[in-house]
Amino acid sequence: MEKHLLLWDKSRRSFVLALRSLWLHKLRSFLSVLGIIIGTVSVITLMAFGEGNMHDALEDIKRQGATNLIVRSVKPSDDATNQRRTMTLNYGLTYADYDQFLVLDSIVSSVPMRYFPQEIRNLHRMFNGRVVGTTPGYQNVNRIDLVEGRFLMDSDEIDEPGDDNELRNVVVLGSDVAEALFPFQTAVGKSVVLNKHQFVVVGVLKDRSSLTTGGLSEDFNSDVYIPLSTCRGRYGEKIFIRQSGSRSGEQVELHQVTVTISDMSKVRDAGKVITDQLERSHFKKDWSVTVPLDRLEEAERARNRGLVLLFFIAMISLTVGGIGIMNIMLATVTERTREIGIRRALGAKRSDITLQFLIEATVQTSVGGILGTIVGIGLVFVLPWASALLLSMHLPAHLKWQPVALSISVACFVGVVFGLYPAFRASRLDPIEALRHD
Amino acid sequence: MPPAVRIENLTKHYFLESVAVRALRGVTLTVNHGEFVAIMGPSGSGKSTLLNLLGCLDRPTSGRYILGDDDVSRMNDDRLSEIRSRYLGFIFQSYNLLPQYTVVENIEIPLLYQGCRINEKTRSRCIQLADLVGLADRLEHRPMQLSGGQQQRVAIARALVNDPHVILADEPTGNLDSKTSDEIMQMLIRLNAAGKTIIMVTHENDIAAWAKRVIRMRDGVIEADEPNAQPRTAQEVSSAFVSTLNSLMSASMR
Repeated sequence: MEKHLLLWDKSRRSFVLALRSLWLHKLRSFLSVLGIIIGTVSVITLMAFGEGNMHDALEDIKRQGATNLIVRSVKPSDDATNQRRTMTLNYGLTYADYDQFLVLDSIVSSVPMRYFPQEIRNLHRMFNGRVVGTTPGYQNVNRIDLVEGRFLMDSDEIDEPGDDNELRNVVVLGSDVAEALFPFQTAVGKSVVLNKHQFVVVGVLKDRSSLTTGGLSEDFNSDVYIPLSTCRGRYGEKIFIRQSGSRSGEQVELHQVTVTISDMSKVRDAGKVITDQLERSHFKKDWSVTVPLDRLEEAERARNRGLVLLFFIAMISLTVGGIGIMNIMLATVTERTREIGIRRALGAKRSDITLQFLIEATVQTSVGGILGTIVGIGLVFVLPWASALLLSMHLPAHLKWQPVALSISVACFVGVVFGLYPAFRASRLDPIEALRHD
Repeated sequence: MPPAVRIENLTKHYFLESVAVRALRGVTLTVNHGEFVAIMGPSGSGKSTLLNLLGCLDRPTSGRYILGDDDVSRMNDDRLSEIRSRYLGFIFQSYNLLPQYTVVENIEIPLLYQGCRINEKTRSRCIQLADLVGLADRLEHRPMQLSGGQQQRVAIARALVNDPHVILADEPTGNLDSKTSDEIMQMLIRLNAAGKTIIMVTHENDIAAWAKRVIRMRDGVIEADEPNAQPRTAQEVSSAFVSTLNSLMSASMR
């Protein structure tokens, strides 16, 4: 007990002495711990910005719907389609498939889509966009916002397609389409021409490009949305596409169905059920099932890899800082050889000298670590603000406590590791030689 | 009571670039408690080597060295450190105070390494010692703020704090002018009068003249060892000084 208290006394004295000499040689101490400071700053900021970036990307994927399943029609590759140019290719998801999905009880909503390229006209203005025939549920599933007007509504759909006069010719424009056809004016209430039919614009969407990152490069802003029943009525089930002079037609009932599942844990099972269903009802593989949840997990794995990489970079910079400390400690030992001799003559054991220099190194690196943490946290708050202000760039930062704790403790640890050799050197000095040193 | 210091046939050989240097070639010496011995000799005579051995900073090549009750000639480094912190006091030519520490903190150092907890009691003893050597108003000063004489006083107080068997002084006045030298020597005389054993190395006859016994060395052996018939008389040593010092020593933490 007494022995521990004594060790505490000695350590405390060395600690106070270390702080005192740190304060006495402010500039020198600052320069010697600069490596540690930079290392700590880089750990904290890299981790925070890396984490913030990943966090945003993950949020994006989640916004796309981790609870969604995307079932698409795929043009089968086995047919020799090139030889039968004029023939109509019949493939893809059917309305029957769509109705069958609804049998699943974990389904919250299911949004069918048909889409094809289309010229969109307003008087002499023309835009090559894409027509999407869908249901009002599309808005919720894709979480889209409108600048003006409204999205499609249930009342836009009519139950029995066939009677042309009942079909509602309403359209919601993507932001690029609205920009091109109605520059400097309100689109809502005006009309556009799609395939010789007049459609009334009821809404304009907000720019959606910011919602998508990375892999998803579809340009949603040149889409226009019409009610599915209208789409069927006005266009029929066949779609003809002109390709370098020849006509190729395809008959696809539905291009895509986005199925929303009630719970993330049920997504995979639902995916299996739907896959089984389609396998049974389709003779060829003209469909695909995509699970965004898989992409989410892949992105999370990528994030973890990124974090490990950042961690290693940080460790390297802290090691470089530690070497700086070792260098300065070796210089200090030489400079204070006489002091070591005096202490030894007055009864200090080798272990006392080791402890003293070890504490000094650790105090230095810890102070460096703490300074670096303060600067790092400051940067995490200041940089996003500055970049938003000066570059009008969104710089996401996500500060967690783990990197902070990690870098401070690593800074301490670096002090112990890189202080060990200088401290050992100090303790090995011959007291007589050391006393003679000047 | 055993003598303070007893050395028998002590030798010390060095190797300087593989050339053997026989610094001490068989020194036998006994110093009793309460003696004031001056060791003299030209440079290279082995007096510094002898002082290093007496100070347990080095180990002899052969021979025996008994300090008080302990045979220290074969002790390991840690045990020697302990012996230094408990039984020896050092006064150096260049004072050797720690520049980062205040006067009181400098006096405390041997206690710290002795294994003594620094508390109010030890602190007040250190202050009393500083008072005894005449530095009561300089307690919180750093060595750089003190004159040479004052620094040497701090060193004397530091050498006393562990109530050593022997105080070893290596040219204690070497860096001081004659007036300050006199003051320091007066101080040592007073300590000796109060019962402290002092072994001092010097090459100045003036300084050696204060001691009660003078040993002359040459070529690693003792050439002459004789009592000083007429040591320089110090000022009257007040009994108050002696009793204060003794009370401080008996309050020692040992």
